[in-house]
Amino acid sequence: MNNSTDQQPVEKAPEQREDAGKVLLNEITNPTPPKGKPRRGIGQFALIPLLAIVSGLILGAIFIIITTQEVYAAFGQSFSAGMAEAWRTVVTAYGALFAGSIGDPARIIAALNAGEAGEIRRAFNPFLESLVTSTPYIFAGLGVALGFRAGVFNIGAEGQIFIGAAASAFVGYSLKGLPMIIHLPLAMLAGAVGGGLWGFIPGWLKAKTGGHEVINTIMMNYIAFRLSDWLLTGPMKRPGSFNPISPNIEPSAVLPRFFGDPIRFHLGFFIALGVAYLVYWFLFKTTWGFDLRTVGANPFAAKYAGMNVARNTIAAMALSGALCGLAGANEVLGVNYNLAMAFSSGYGFDSIALALLGNSHPVGVVLASLLFGTLRNGATRMQVIANIPIDIISILQAVILAFIAAPAIIRTIYRLRTPSKAEGAVTLSSWGGNK
Amino acid sequence: MAAQTALRKQVEIASPTRRITMGIIFLALGLLTILVFTNGITADMRTSFGLNASGATTQIDPWVVHTLTALYVIAAFAFGAGGYQLIRGFKHWTNWVLALVVFAFIFGFLVWAAADKSLNLAGLVATTLNKAVPITLGALSGILCERAGVVNIAIEGMMLSGALTGAIVSSITHNLWAGLGAAMLTGLGMALIHAWLSIKYKVNQIVSGTVINIFATGLTSYISAKFLQSNEALNNPGIFQPIAIPGLVDIPFLGAILFRNNIFVYALFIFLIVLQVALFNTRWGLRVRAVGEHPKAADTLGINVIRTRYYSVMLGGLMAGFAGAYFTLGSVGRFDEVMTAGRGFIGLAAMIFGNWTPVGSFGAGLLFGFADGLATRLAILQVPIPSQFLLMAPYVATMIILAGVVGRSQGPAADGVPYEKE
Repeated sequence: MNNSTDQQPVEKAPEQREDAGKVLLNEITNPTPPKGKPRRGIGQFALIPLLAIVSGLILGAIFIIITTQEVYAAFGQSFSAGMAEAWRTVVTAYGALFAGSIGDPARIIAALNAGEAGEIRRAFNPFLESLVTSTPYIFAGLGVALGFRAGVFNIGAEGQIFIGAAASAFVGYSLKGLPMIIHLPLAMLAGAVGGGLWGFIPGWLKAKTGGHEVINTIMMNYIAFRLSDWLLTGPMKRPGSFNPISPNIEPSAVLPRFFGDPIRFHLGFFIALGVAYLVYWFLFKTTWGFDLRTVGANPFAAKYAGMNVARNTIAAMALSGALCGLAGANEVLGVNYNLAMAFSSGYGFDSIALALLGNSHPVGVVLASLLFGTLRNGATRMQVIANIPIDIISILQAVILAFIAAPAIIRTIYRLRTPSKAEGAVTLSSWGGNK
Repeated sequence: MAAQTALRKQVEIASPTRRITMGIIFLALGLLTILVFTNGITADMRTSFGLNASGATTQIDPWVVHTLTALYVIAAFAFGAGGYQLIRGFKHWTNWVLALVVFAFIFGFLVWAAADKSLNLAGLVATTLNKAVPITLGALSGILCERAGVVNIAIEGMMLSGALTGAIVSSITHNLWAGLGAAMLTGLGMALIHAWLSIKYKVNQIVSGTVINIFATGLTSYISAKFLQSNEALNNPGIFQPIAIPGLVDIPFLGAILFRNNIFVYALFIFLIVLQVALFNTRWGLRVRAVGEHPKAADTLGINVIRTRYYSVMLGGLMAGFAGAYFTLGSVGRFDEVMTAGRGFIGLAAMIFGNWTPVGSFGAGLLFGFADGLATRLAILQVPIPSQFLLMAPYVATMIILAGVVGRSQGPAADGVPYEKE
């Protein structure tokens, strides 16, 4: 996971303190191993994330066991009965998680045998619904990851999603009579512009005044929240409605769905994959992307090389915000068809976890998003069947994130070999804006 | 380093651009008062301010001002200050004058908002104080951590988990003090995770804080959904009742506001004073600050950097747990999912706003609390400004402060940098 420290020994003198992005990058990214050393295989590359996920699931199972009353009752009878009950509890819970997120294999086969279209749709729905849940994660995760690559910590995905959603909803319902080929892209674009603006402001503040983007994006989250509160009780309120909800968007702005009810799987998923490819291409195949990554990896070197650090920082925050804004647009145009209050609660922190889990690489982010989306979707069924509150997913996420961020824990648990050099310290410049 | 900082502060305060900017801000506030607030105000209008907070033992008559005169006096004050600032400059008094002008402007706003009506000023001040309590306690938690060089964005998570255990333990034991203790210990536990991840494993402190926030949100909601909702007896902790301080409570206006509160408010004042003195006037405080500013120098002088950081973060956790208990044991009387509603993050903003000092962050906490308290009252007064914009104001103000427009807020130099012994 971490061998980029090999290439650049980190200076520890306080006056040469690195920016957050550089060191974060050292810690979480691994673009190319240094020349002359054997290239690490994909197995090695993915080992820590995989082990982190497995450990997270195991800890989750333990947590489920110790909070289930029946297990204690069974242990009261005998040890073996207790163990059996504990095992049964975990199997029920994770079984429901699986069935709710991927689908029940028996049901799928039965449906295919019967050949009844509605039943086949219902049988496959859990899997497709997981993709629907994953889609906003992909957008927002890409946004945060792009920020990481450029050395900015965008903790404001939440607010950017709000604003993106509000902008695309406004375009979606206020413009009437446009053909779909114009209206839909326009509504998506509005989301990107809204989110981008919300990312641009803290980016500009960081570049021009040194105000740390972490605190500014947190403030922007609350401003976005109050703003959407105002919009939904004032200018954007659905006429005649008592609830804070916007009018429904025009059919010409709807992201088309591919199957009949109850399947909500829509075009947004493929757009997300396309955007992921675009981000990959942008970051790794264009000069501008190279500039962005260099600024993130070492702002001093970038400055010496004649790159405009301030402009790149602003661009990174704006792009990051735009991607998060797309997540909001996707939810409005593909799933909800209107803007309601606080519909995206929790995406902000989740997307940080996704970017870290995915190594800030578009492919990794897509995979991590699929995992989190699947877990979230399955958890709904787990709540109904096994009576495990959906919040177990947040606990799993936190544990996985901790393991990813501190690979030393995983190495200790699984007795993996430590990398030859000491791990690069993850530092973060002071956020008081005193740089 | 310190000399440099002091020098820079002097330069910033004395710089001509800043002098002119400030002068223009003063004039603009005066102009706003004249142009906006006097709109639709006729000469026979009076604004009446109630001066009795709820439970006041000594009743006094409301304070009635002539609306138009008051507004003109305020505008004249702002113009005077602006003019003097532009011509001569207030030099190192500038920030104090700014505070006065803003205060006068806010008062003008109230005079306008409550024209021909009556506004309970004492009630507003009391609400402000109450809303400021969890925010300031959160900020104190942040100060303890960050002065030692550990960024703490996990205040929210620590508060939330403290609120939950406070409610549960207090419900089971029927003892509020046991609940309070449990809440503080829970905050401590979360802080230990933070310290362990960020000091021992050198995890990025913002990532580590994020881990704790996600974890605490998940854990508390899980326990609440699994146990508290099905078993109401677990979520009935009771509430610390206000204690009136005999004698002092009879003071008109201030008595009911300051001296008839529950232990959280009194504790806040004690913590404020103790922490302010301890940080800046004791050997312990000097050591903590040294570790936060220049850990290598501190280490050379024989201060144990790692241990100091652990202790500071643990103290911060205790403080955040105490702040969390305020929600369940001091104000609401039960636990609700995600009930802290971002107060921890606002505490963080208050800390930065207050320039990493306890007294400063209390001032910021009052400002946040004031905006919060005013928003509800303005809705009652039917002021044409949406309350949401008022609620936004403190966040915008924090960003402005952070951008260095009004005066730069400066954090500990080694904040967020893990220490490695060589």
